[in-house]
Amino acid sequence: MCFPRDAREVQAAVRAAQHHGVPFVARGSGTGLAGGATPLDDALVIVMSQMDRILEIDPRSRTAWVEPGVLNLDLSRAAAPHGLHYAPDPSSQQACSIGGNVGTNAGGPHCLASGTTTAHVLAVDAVLADGTATRIGGARPDEPGYDLRGVYVGSEGTLGVTTGVLVRLLPDPPAVRTLLLDFTSIDDAATTVSGIIAEGILPAALEMMDAQITRAVEDFVGAGYPRDAEAVLLVELDGLPDGVTAQALAIDEIGRTHGARTVRVARDEAERELLWKGRKSAFGAIARIAPDYYLHDAVVPRTQLVGVLRRIYEIAAEQRLTMMNVFHAGDGNLHPLIVFDRREPGTWERVHHAGTEILEACIAAGGVLSGEHGIGVEKRDLMGRLFSPIDLDAQARLVEAFDPSGLANPRKVLPAGSRCGELAGTRPVPEGTWI
Amino acid sequence: MDLTATAAPIVDAVRAAAAVEPVGARTHAEVGNQVRSEHATTAVGVPAGIVRHDVADLTVTVLAGTPVAVLDAALAEHRQRVPLQPRDSTATIGGVLATGLSGPTRLGDGPLRDHLLEVRFVTGYGALVRGGGPTVKNVTGYDLPRLLVGSMGTLGVLVQVTLRCRPEPGVTEWWSTASPPGELFECLFRPAAILADSRQTLVCLAGDAADVAVGRAVLRDRIAVDGACLPDGPHRGRISVPPNELGALTAALDRIDGVDRDDGTWLAEWGVGTVHVAYADAQQLAAARGIAERHGGWLLREAGGEADPSGAPFDGFGAAWSGSGTANGELHTRIKRAFDPDGKLAPGRFG
Ligand SMILES: Cc1cc2nc3c(=O)[nH]c(=O)nc-3n(C[C@H](O)[C@H](O)[C@H](O)COP(=O)(O)OP(=O)(O)OC[C@H]3O[C@@H](n4cnc5c(N)ncnc54)[C@H](O)[C@@H]3O)c2cc1C
Repeated sequence: MCFPRDAREVQAAVRAAQHHGVPFVARGSGTGLAGGATPLDDALVIVMSQMDRILEIDPRSRTAWVEPGVLNLDLSRAAAPHGLHYAPDPSSQQACSIGGNVGTNAGGPHCLASGTTTAHVLAVDAVLADGTATRIGGARPDEPGYDLRGVYVGSEGTLGVTTGVLVRLLPDPPAVRTLLLDFTSIDDAATTVSGIIAEGILPAALEMMDAQITRAVEDFVGAGYPRDAEAVLLVELDGLPDGVTAQALAIDEIGRTHGARTVRVARDEAERELLWKGRKSAFGAIARIAPDYYLHDAVVPRTQLVGVLRRIYEIAAEQRLTMMNVFHAGDGNLHPLIVFDRREPGTWERVHHAGTEILEACIAAGGVLSGEHGIGVEKRDLMGRLFSPIDLDAQARLVEAFDPSGLANPRKVLPAGSRCGELAGTRPVPEGTWI
Repeated sequence: MDLTATAAPIVDAVRAAAAVEPVGARTHAEVGNQVRSEHATTAVGVPAGIVRHDVADLTVTVLAGTPVAVLDAALAEHRQRVPLQPRDSTATIGGVLATGLSGPTRLGDGPLRDHLLEVRFVTGYGALVRGGGPTVKNVTGYDLPRLLVGSMGTLGVLVQVTLRCRPEPGVTEWWSTASPPGELFECLFRPAAILADSRQTLVCLAGDAADVAVGRAVLRDRIAVDGACLPDGPHRGRISVPPNELGALTAALDRIDGVDRDDGTWLAEWGVGTVHVAYADAQQLAAARGIAERHGGWLLREAGGEADPSGAPFDGFGAAWSGSGTANGELHTRIKRAFDPDGKLAPGRFG
């Protein structure tokens, strides 16, 4: 393990790994949920936490250069005096790093309107697998040649090690309104989501929580969520005051048409923050219910939410598991959360089985394997359910073009044997690997 | 028809040919370097048609040969749009994406690459590959869609794409105003576009009627206009510079020999960093390229330009490739080889 302080030290670490033929893995804060930063094969772990300086905030061009170890929330805090913020806001934003966000193309509640990390990263300074340092992308709107930046973002550390990031900052909206809609049925909440999207309204955030997680959160933070709701929607609108008011009215109406019992508007910033605190501490809340949880991440077309959610609860019932759902409903990004106690014999197997069935249900509904957590090792071997061998081979060719040595975070994202003609890599993931 | 059957003639053509030029409506044929090969070049076209418009989900899947105007009309019926906005809307969707030129409302709509969700394309080794996914959010595997946007047909022939639609804004207004663009960039909230030439600022406001009224009120000496007219002329290009350079760069463009400040030879996208230029003669375009480079930018030729007697590739993409030896140059070469091992797709396009 090493803790480089600048790009040259990263370069030295990568060169040393190359020299000895040892794989290397970049690690940000280690909050990733797909095991992308988990070292396999005795890899050298390059931990980026020492590179945590915000190098420059330029309010004129609304951009900032940061080192990869800067924590997501720290960047927004530093931009705040300029009336700017960094839009992607994963629930883990107090802990996760910008370098890790680039690695996973992280999302968050507020990525619905403004896009995930890739829409906010203009350039990346990277040390490539062979140890050369380069700048990918730039401050200019277009770079000559291929969009290497687009390919690099979300590549989970398999194409190089990020040593600097140029991000776009957005102006803070003059008006923000947060609404809490509560429902007596999950179906009604899900149809409301589809209704809002179909109506052509794109809220800043559109989150859904089911009955169990709502109660758990309420017990944990007392955000004023209705304990007897079957589902709640947290909707945030931002922009200029009149437009926000008009959209709030429209959402009130759509909600009520689809059976919302109450529509509550946060009266002030304190109430708004409390509602968000509830949403963002969902994972803390469930720790009080059972010792273990497994958080899934998949996306379905928004029109399929009702059916897929029903199927997910069925799967949980069939496997006798406690399942909660708290997720980015506006872009169809589901986060089924299974809470369990792994000490109970047979539970772990049922958790895994349910997970696979959930992903299959999402794929059958026209969905994909991950919306923001990435593939890592967790879903690597499921890639074949979504992509043909020819598709996987094309992705493997791309990886090979960046890293002919195969030492940059190997055996992540693509299953063994993806490159047609490649010898199937063999060692299984070590027992007990934390994903 | 299933896509494998639709793509079969393209796969066959790519496999059989020694050099392939993917072609749409040829509206962007002059952009960048031209295809050149010692082999006979086979032009490969792509079928047209809207495969599926998921109205409630705001996504649309089309065959890449579909003209932009056809898609625009189909989406307009549902008050939706995909802001592709080529100069000439007879352009095919595949051609627009492969060329990678974003439209004039990039400030509000985001770059072209952000509109593409899923691609199916035929590689140089004759495989029909799928990349990305049909949902509006997706991090499943490597981002092949973004790789293909702007790849100029050198990595694959786009056959079918899924695009993200947007709801048509309640109100869309274009204004010409005397307010300086830098000032408007500071004070307008989420404008769709702030464009400026040497005489005026053009602003696009889009959204809720009341919000648009707020924006409109700050525009001095405003006159309603139909939209933005990009500069036109036989020798055209687009400059890409860091947005902070726009003021200095456009001042230098006004000093090019033989250019009258009032001719409207340039139009700058404020907050973005794109400057569209058009000139009567090739020397002026060359001068604009020099200015772009002095301001940390580059110029992509869109039409005309200097005669090229040497047969050497035109500049423009040169920066990416000329530097073989540079890390990015090497990456480009290796990516090209990965998807087109025999170098048969659009040879010469990238120099
Ligand atoms: C409670 C909780 C809530 C979460 N909520 C969200 C959410 O709302 N949205 C979301 O998207 N994610 C969420 N996550 C997942 C996680 O926080 C994100 O994936 C985050 O982007 C990971 O950042 P990190 O710094 O922890 O990276 P790590 O976990 O350390 O690494 C993630 C990946 O990026 C690579 N990487 C890290 N740094 C570098 C670098 N400098 N150069 C190259 N590669 C690098 C790693 O190799 C690995 O593949 C959540 C996690 C938790 C625990």
